[in-house]
Amino acid sequence: MSQDTLFDKVWDLHKVSCLPGGSDQIFIGLHLIHEVTSPQAFGALKDKNLKVKFPSRTVATVDHIVPTDNQSRPFKDNLAEQMIETLEKNCLEHKIKFFNIGSGNQGIVHVVAPELGLTQPGMTIACGDSHTSTHGAFGSIAFGIGTSQVRDVLATQTIAMNKLKVRQIWCENKLSHGVYAKDLVLHIINELGVKAGVGFAYEFAGPAINALSMEERMTICNMSIEGGARCGYINPDETTFSYIKGRLCAPQNKNWDEAIKWWKSLRSDQNSIYDDVIKLDASKVEPTVTWGITPGQSISINEKIPLFDDLSPNDKLVAKEAYEYMGFKPGQSIKNTPVDVCFIGSCTNGRISDLRVAAKVLKDRKVCKQVKAFVVPGSEKVANEAKKEGLDKIFKDSGFQWREPGCSMCLAMNSDKLIGNQVSASSSNRNFKGRQGSPSGRTLLMSPAMVAAAAINGKVSDIREFINK
Amino acid sequence: MKSEFTPPVGKISQIHGKCISLIGNDIDTDRIIPARFLKCINFDSLGESVFEDDRKTLKGIHSFDLEENKNASILIVNSNFGCGSSREHAPQALLRWGIKAIIGESFADIFYSNCIAIGIPCFTLPKNSIQNIQNYIANGILFLEIDLKNSLAKSKDLILNLEIKESSKKMFLSGEWDATSTLLANKILIEKKSNDLPYLNFNKHFC
Repeated sequence: MSQDTLFDKVWDLHKVSCLPGGSDQIFIGLHLIHEVTSPQAFGALKDKNLKVKFPSRTVATVDHIVPTDNQSRPFKDNLAEQMIETLEKNCLEHKIKFFNIGSGNQGIVHVVAPELGLTQPGMTIACGDSHTSTHGAFGSIAFGIGTSQVRDVLATQTIAMNKLKVRQIWCENKLSHGVYAKDLVLHIINELGVKAGVGFAYEFAGPAINALSMEERMTICNMSIEGGARCGYINPDETTFSYIKGRLCAPQNKNWDEAIKWWKSLRSDQNSIYDDVIKLDASKVEPTVTWGITPGQSISINEKIPLFDDLSPNDKLVAKEAYEYMGFKPGQSIKNTPVDVCFIGSCTNGRISDLRVAAKVLKDRKVCKQVKAFVVPGSEKVANEAKKEGLDKIFKDSGFQWREPGCSMCLAMNSDKLIGNQVSASSSNRNFKGRQGSPSGRTLLMSPAMVAAAAINGKVSDIREFINK
Repeated sequence: MKSEFTPPVGKISQIHGKCISLIGNDIDTDRIIPARFLKCINFDSLGESVFEDDRKTLKGIHSFDLEENKNASILIVNSNFGCGSSREHAPQALLRWGIKAIIGESFADIFYSNCIAIGIPCFTLPKNSIQNIQNYIANGILFLEIDLKNSLAKSKDLILNLEIKESSKKMFLSGEWDATSTLLANKILIEKKSNDLPYLNFNKHFC
């Protein structure tokens, strides 16, 4: 059993009681809600005649269903309009802070909370969304919950949960030129498998992790869940503190000094004990692309799609399904695979640094005529910053459509969808069957830079051939 | 699809019913209930849309469309079932279709806790046992009687020693899987914890 890791410290600090069944009752420091997984929870509160226990500890925004072309109200989609209205009503009734469209702070919940300085080390953070693991980048213990647990957090600010085991993933050396956090996390998921993280929290550590910016760290922790780990985190350091400093909800003045002192005490101890430790060499990671229907089915840009016989027995069943669904042959190259749609955005890679990297690739270049390319900033703040830097113009000049903030085609709950069996090069997090809105649509996950490169060439390309010229 | 839906309530100790087998590893919650069906403010109509896209693709030969699986209530799955999105809509859709228990090789974490929270016990068995059950179902109909207290499932010619987390088992037997009231019972401890958290001192907006 793990001991003296950040996970242990934060878990123990938030433990309210041991429940009769043997689970722990855990206090949730920050609860984030959005329009998709909260309405039924508010409904259940009403049925049980309960109130929101600590309204100031819940913060709301709207992201999943928002259109990214025309956000004027009422939305064209009646169901989407009904969902945002329900959230507005619930927040008003229960006095919950809601960052609505036009507030300047609306956006994807996992982009917004860190931007506002709400996400801080040592907190427990829950949200009815599996990518809540993102917030672990700050040294918080953050995980996705379902609607019944959203109800429980609203009613009690606690949930019943079994303590997770802790696996440290130690990343040696540093990433090579043209290789990004997205490539590293896809590589980790490929190495460990999509279910290795079940029952675990992942602690990402080592020189390669320490060298990452906060936004890159968020990309890593965001995809912990794709490796099966409900929670992923990184010990807080100076990079963390300087990101938080000065943000709207960040501690200030003498509170700031107190916060830093406490945050520093949370790091996993030098001699802490882990349930498992994995080491890998980050310098060996290359630009990585998924070829299948799980985020674990990825290869380096110059590798070939694996042969059936080379796969482990456990991977064969899903691989067979993947060849068939994707229409790819074992042994085929992923490089030069034609793409129809290019999407930059999502809670994984929709932040300002992602837009900067992609814009740098696109500057003075044109998107291939056959490709539909669009960029969806992760939040209103990201969009505003990008405009200030002139990135929107670079995107538009290249042929990318510039959209309004939201989750968009990561999960296609709005009108941004693949059509038929289109192939998309996507900076999002899931390549599941049908994920991007068409039951036969095909998704290739990659870094935003690689999406930009694919958009220009009209086919999967090696970003290093662009930036090394 | 059952015409009338009654959600589980209170203690759950016995489940009996016909088994339905769904073969495949890493079946994610997007497949169980595609995102477009999440555009709703209650779970009521999800049952009919369970596995919608997979079912359309298979044109009537998906497990959930086969005549012999009508009225089945125990779902047999392979590994990492329910991975991906935290949408509770996925187990809610299964529940509303008629699923009362799931037996599989392994489950994704969030899906598992969502199932517990809405009263669907999930049991595990080793890979070969699951395959044996799935082979059995491929050749005939399997009715199981699950005794949660003893973690046993029986049919006329099978006895299975099911595995389930001790904490989950206790919650079902006591009825505390519907956790809100159990959590609320510790009201004073919750207040105390809320006042004791170090970050309250330097985060004034958490008033």
